[in-house]
Amino acid sequence: MILSKSVAPTVPDYADTSLRKRVLRRIKNRPTTRGAIVLLGILLLLALFAPFIAPQNPHDLASLSVMDNRLEPGSQGMTGITYWLGTDAQGRDMLSAILYGLRTSLLVGLTSTAGALAIGVLAGLVAAQFGGAVDAAIMRIVDFMLGFPSILIALVLLASIGRGVDKVIIAIILVQWAQYARLMRAAALVERRKEYIEAAVNFGLPTRHIMLKHLLPNSIGSVLVISTISIASAITLEATLSFLGVGVPVTQPSLGLLIANGFEFLLSGEYWIAAFPGIALVLLIMSLNLVGERLRRSFNVRG
Amino acid sequence: MTAYILQRLIQSVLVLLAVSIVVFLAVYGIGDPIELLVPPQVSAAERAAMIRRLGLDLPVWQQYLSFLGSALKGDLGTSFVHGVPALGLILARLPATFELVLLAMSVAAFIGVPLGLLAGLNPESRPSRAIMAGTILGFSLPSFWKGMMLILLFSVFLGWLPTAGRGETVFILGVPTSLLTLDGLRHIALPALNLAIPNMALMIRLVAAGTTEAMTQDYVKYARAKGVRRRRIVGRHVLRNILIPVVTVAGMEFGSLVAFSTITETVFAWPGMGKLLIDSIYHLDRPVVVAYVMLATLLFVAVNFFVDVLYAALDPRVKLTGDMA
Repeated sequence: MILSKSVAPTVPDYADTSLRKRVLRRIKNRPTTRGAIVLLGILLLLALFAPFIAPQNPHDLASLSVMDNRLEPGSQGMTGITYWLGTDAQGRDMLSAILYGLRTSLLVGLTSTAGALAIGVLAGLVAAQFGGAVDAAIMRIVDFMLGFPSILIALVLLASIGRGVDKVIIAIILVQWAQYARLMRAAALVERRKEYIEAAVNFGLPTRHIMLKHLLPNSIGSVLVISTISIASAITLEATLSFLGVGVPVTQPSLGLLIANGFEFLLSGEYWIAAFPGIALVLLIMSLNLVGERLRRSFNVRG
Repeated sequence: MTAYILQRLIQSVLVLLAVSIVVFLAVYGIGDPIELLVPPQVSAAERAAMIRRLGLDLPVWQQYLSFLGSALKGDLGTSFVHGVPALGLILARLPATFELVLLAMSVAAFIGVPLGLLAGLNPESRPSRAIMAGTILGFSLPSFWKGMMLILLFSVFLGWLPTAGRGETVFILGVPTSLLTLDGLRHIALPALNLAIPNMALMIRLVAAGTTEAMTQDYVKYARAKGVRRRRIVGRHVLRNILIPVVTVAGMEFGSLVAFSTITETVFAWPGMGKLLIDSIYHLDRPVVVAYVMLATLLFVAVNFFVDVLYAALDPRVKLTGDMA
């Protein structure tokens, strides 16, 4: 159940189903990968159902009690609830904050990856199909974007447009589309040389039809495989930007911002405010990386 | 060859120009710097005089040209906060960052290469699998959180190492360094380790993949058939062949380490140029942000240029004539 939920969308729509079955079997048979898939499924469910699971609504200031601030894990609050992971400086239950933070982190990671994927795939497809000056122009921009570390571009961009969930998503799309464009172009160029495309061209099918119905489905596989790892890097990037103070707003804290809030209390030994959101973040990133890495190896994609 | 170098040089200059336009529009175009520079109680006449003096009444393209003109003369503006030239401010912080990056790279190489060899020689063994799993962890730990956990472990719980700053520095050839004092070394240990870990994971993966592949090559089989000892095959033949891509990647990673040191410097309050960038962003010190971006761009463009030219010089397969698309 969980397996089909989290893996099926990343498996490319290959005509060759035996390869898909083989790969799926190989993924399932690796205990580490299986563990990562289960963990990823649990984290997704926790994020999805956070409002029903969380003991407290961390965004509702009325439900917080400042008297309960910075309590150790396992402490009993004024209202009688037990803070299993302690509380932060506002008296917020860390467990609830982490569950809601997981939601924000995943929202940003998934949305920005989807956006970057759409733009990158389109740009790569257009570059491969039309070639010449169009290709040169697109690839120049791609080379230019990939020449700089993503964190630097996103940091400077957000420093000038300000913080916000939508703005972080825009910044991550801007730094991530280029790698998809490059992969998509390479795959589509290989595909274009094949006979069925030639046949379609000779058949007089419109270019748009060839691009969307033939080229796109047959060359998108490698891009989708890479996207699992890219979700992990999008989530890391968002967390880092939020830590640096240019990411998500304080009213909708992601895991990165929760960690940042705990930084000032670290030196006095109040470790739980920064440590627990960090563990949740690492589990999320690591499970994505493990699944992505296994997918990449199974499909033999370089990128 | 000369034509190729010339072409790449023109490309590099165009990239710098493009970045300068984008950065100028992004950083200067948004918001009104006058709000920050002029105290609110100043009269309208004085305000107008100030706007004229700073050239902010001119059209955008004229402002850009004057920015470009002074940039070419090495003047990237004056810091709003510190009141000194932005470029000088950044250059003064450069040694601290370079020291951190160089130490991190050395640590990554000296630990990463042997571990990668070990993992690559017996890819299916238990220790090798543990090492490769460790690299996934190395990639997955977000730099800032890992830094905090290092502080928590080594400074708060164990009390062995300091949490912030550069410690005692000594001047070598007029450049301050922390590497030659015990106190300085104690201060640089954690930030350097933090910066080194993802790079170490990268080195391990590169070396391991290269070793596994190299061991199946004909020259290894031939050496083995000749009766050369395994140790000598690995040390002499395999290592030499895999070090070429490793050195290339290490060189190209230099730029990204400088960028990533921004995060490590922020966590460990290391007074380098990355910390300066973050502080300048907080204080809306635009000239410093612009100067940092221009300097970083120059660095990346220069590194890419030299890598490309070196490749062209070393690898006969790289085409040297025009058309690079």
